[in-house]
Amino acid sequence: MSVVCKEEGRVLYAALSGEIDHHAARSIMLELDREIESRFPSETVLDFGGVTFMDSSGIAIVLRTCRRMQESGGSLRAVEVPPQAGKVLRAAGVERMVSVTYQRDTKEESAT
Amino acid sequence: MKKPVNQVKLEFLSRSVNESFARASAACFAAQLDPTLDELNDFKTAVSEAVTNAIVHAYPEELGRVSMRLRLFADGLVEVQVRDWGVGILDIPKARTPLYTTGGEERSGMGFTIMESFTDGVRVRSTPGKGTTVTLTKRIARRAQEGAM
Repeated sequence: MSVVCKEEGRVLYAALSGEIDHHAARSIMLELDREIESRFPSETVLDFGGVTFMDSSGIAIVLRTCRRMQESGGSLRAVEVPPQAGKVLRAAGVERMVSVTYQRDTKEESAT
Repeated sequence: MKKPVNQVKLEFLSRSVNESFARASAACFAAQLDPTLDELNDFKTAVSEAVTNAIVHAYPEELGRVSMRLRLFADGLVEVQVRDWGVGILDIPKARTPLYTTGGEERSGMGFTIMESFTDGVRVRSTPGKGTTVTLTKRIARRAQEGAM
């Protein structure tokens, strides 16, 4: 698991990778907290493109980051969400609170 | 219940680093049924939730034992039983309610919801002060080519 952050204007872009579970979630949350507190972004983009597995710990990360951003008048987007992580976010209804875009299904792509 | 055609049992300490070991082992065991990637991911995700619950909640002040028994049945059913000897759950229906958690902001309260939507059966037995057993069952669809078993 790792989280790599960069700033583009007032947008904080955080690329998550590896397996997101309860064990990994604490350091991801701490890193995101630190970045948001120091950079004060107007928008945070969580890129799930490199995530190979995610359980409900990922839901907690998204909801907590969403709250942090709302507290400072900002917003959150989750992008490049792979199929397995997407199914977890959908089961929790996270799409109702946060903008979520999904990775294109590579199976479909190779079939066409 | 019918006799399993295969069974393994693992026991580990309630350290969070063991979550990935447990779900990977469970997925590896279930792979004998030749599941689709979706079926395997669903099972792995549900196991991760059950094991994480035991690790987060069963032993708040200490490390304790968590066991995971995996069983495979001839009709394509895989069962995982996650057991601990920890504090137990006082109110099981409440614990299973979406968004309810005693784990603070670090937990989503969606563990049981994920287990329920990603498997075909979730049973919870718990005795306060004695421990908790969560049993998940997942049916793996029969594929065109037989012979995996």
